[in-house]
Amino acid sequence: MHKWFRFTPGTVVLATATAAVVMGLWLSAGTLVGQAESYVAPRLPGTSHPDLSGIWQAFTTANWDIQDHGVNPGPFPRLLGVWGAQPPGRGVVEGNEIPYLPEALAKKQENLENRLTVDPNNVNTVGDPEAKCYLPGVPRATYMPFPFQIIQSTHKVVIAYQFASASRTIPLSGSTEAPVDSWMGWSNGHWDGDTLVVDVRGFHDLSWFDRAGNYHSDALHVVERYTPMSPYHLWYEATIEDPKVFTRPWTISLPLYRRIEQDVRLLEFKCVDLAEEYVYGSLVDTEGGAR
Amino acid sequence: MSQRRSLLAVLSVTAVVLAAPVAVLGQSGDRARVRTPWGDPDLHGIWTSSTYTPLERPDHLAGRDFLTEEEHAELNLLLTEDGVDPLRARSVLAADSEDRRRELTEQTQENIHYDNAIWLTEKQPRRLASRRTSLIVDPPTGKIPPLTPEAEQREGERRNASRWLVYNISPQSFDSYQTRTLQERCLVWRHEGPPMLPASYNDLLQIFQTEDYVVIFQEMSNNDPRIVPLDGRQHLPSTIRQWSGDSRGHWEGETLVVSSNNFNDKIHFNGSSEALQVVERFTRVDDETIRYEFTVEDPTAWDQSWTAQFPLMKRDGPLYEYACHEGNYDIRHILEVARNLDEGATRGSSEP
Repeated sequence: MHKWFRFTPGTVVLATATAAVVMGLWLSAGTLVGQAESYVAPRLPGTSHPDLSGIWQAFTTANWDIQDHGVNPGPFPRLLGVWGAQPPGRGVVEGNEIPYLPEALAKKQENLENRLTVDPNNVNTVGDPEAKCYLPGVPRATYMPFPFQIIQSTHKVVIAYQFASASRTIPLSGSTEAPVDSWMGWSNGHWDGDTLVVDVRGFHDLSWFDRAGNYHSDALHVVERYTPMSPYHLWYEATIEDPKVFTRPWTISLPLYRRIEQDVRLLEFKCVDLAEEYVYGSLVDTEGGAR
Repeated sequence: MSQRRSLLAVLSVTAVVLAAPVAVLGQSGDRARVRTPWGDPDLHGIWTSSTYTPLERPDHLAGRDFLTEEEHAELNLLLTEDGVDPLRARSVLAADSEDRRRELTEQTQENIHYDNAIWLTEKQPRRLASRRTSLIVDPPTGKIPPLTPEAEQREGERRNASRWLVYNISPQSFDSYQTRTLQERCLVWRHEGPPMLPASYNDLLQIFQTEDYVVIFQEMSNNDPRIVPLDGRQHLPSTIRQWSGDSRGHWEGETLVVSSNNFNDKIHFNGSSEALQVVERFTRVDDETIRYEFTVEDPTAWDQSWTAQFPLMKRDGPLYEYACHEGNYDIRHILEVARNLDEGATRGSSEP
């Protein structure tokens, strides 16, 4: 488990080293350790809980592949040059291993091979949902290369994602049950100290974890943890459980960075009309003059 | 039979209850001061815009802002009967006689697209939410001001280009997704706004509120949830255009005022252009009701601004995920069938 907050002399060294990598030049490593050790996030006014509000973004290549991955020319180098190339990146999966059941691993490989296939008879189930502008699911929404905004009140947390107009409303009291399976699942939140814990169930089996075809079934259960590390960083952790696809629960973790540019805001990235040619193009009458 | 009788009994009780909250929107006193912990009027919760009130006032009601209590109660009784067509009922006020009303609202067994029986199981069945004869309150005619010559020409060109407006007004085309309606393509619904209008169904909306933001979620929506900052920041530069515009809010006494502009050129609100400016006003008038009012302005479309008003009524929820595009089989099926027919026609004509 990647825990910033349980310190022994050994982990301080580890934390310092990791911090230097993940934070880059943002803060000096010395300052960071001081902060990570003692950082107390500002409270949401009127509550004893930290205020996580803001616009955040992951800075990782996990959307290409949540496991370790090398450089790849991408699917259409002839059309896109290096615009479409896959950058290399370390994985975000603890131990870099996803414990697939044997038959499930074959399905993952099949997903990867068909990731940019549009199958008219299986438009929902074949190919990466991202390319079609489908809702990204959880946890993928968190590490898409797009910002998202957390807005927090005493009784609810709202997360609005730039990609595909996705959003979640997370109640902080009680445990409500999913009325129906959905893309973004059904979230219930609670505080564990300064960590916001979100329990997400009620998924159907259509979303993926990345462009590499990592996937889940409708038995998916995700537990997310959002922990403030500094005024500019949250540590994000998600434990993934799905007995139909994996032999045991597994965990991903990554830092989230606060977008601090002046006037930064969540702009609309409504991709439905950007995906139509991809999804429906083969069915257009090109001689009809409509285009 | 007995089942139907008991349903009718329930309905007549419902009608009495329905008549009660009608006057609320007209009242100025007796406002419940529902407050957030930080002192702003409290708008949070789940609400519905459900009503059959038409946007524009029907001609035969010219000069009448309101129905009488009796007319209103009678119509609501009719509208909440079993067998009423919930989509056609939108034109109930346009009927100028009892017979025409029946004809307009009655659903034949062969044509059940939406079954009112489902609506009737709701806590508050769809009805006329207020006694108003139109949502438009200004100009006093209850009608949208005439389009300017410039806008008339623009609308004509749009029609000729087969670029469907949000409402279907040009001939159907099965050539491409591009000639299907915006709602069919899961791009935007006419009621989404801003400004919002009562949706035909799935009309829940959720308002989430902090000291710094108000967020508006509509259930049947293809747009982002609308995040409205209250900190007085500037609007986006005019080069950035959005389907749902760019909204800013502030409090004026008891009222949340939200101004929106920066709309893209694909949105046409009753003939508007990119120059559309919308001001919405949300006022919590009592525990169960927000008065929602909007004023739209676009000098390229109308010589004057116009204003409409309707109540948002408290509901329990929850809001469901809409995911319209993800489940859009309509476009695929429409185009697939059209291409199959094209192919059949080509084969047919090439045969000797």
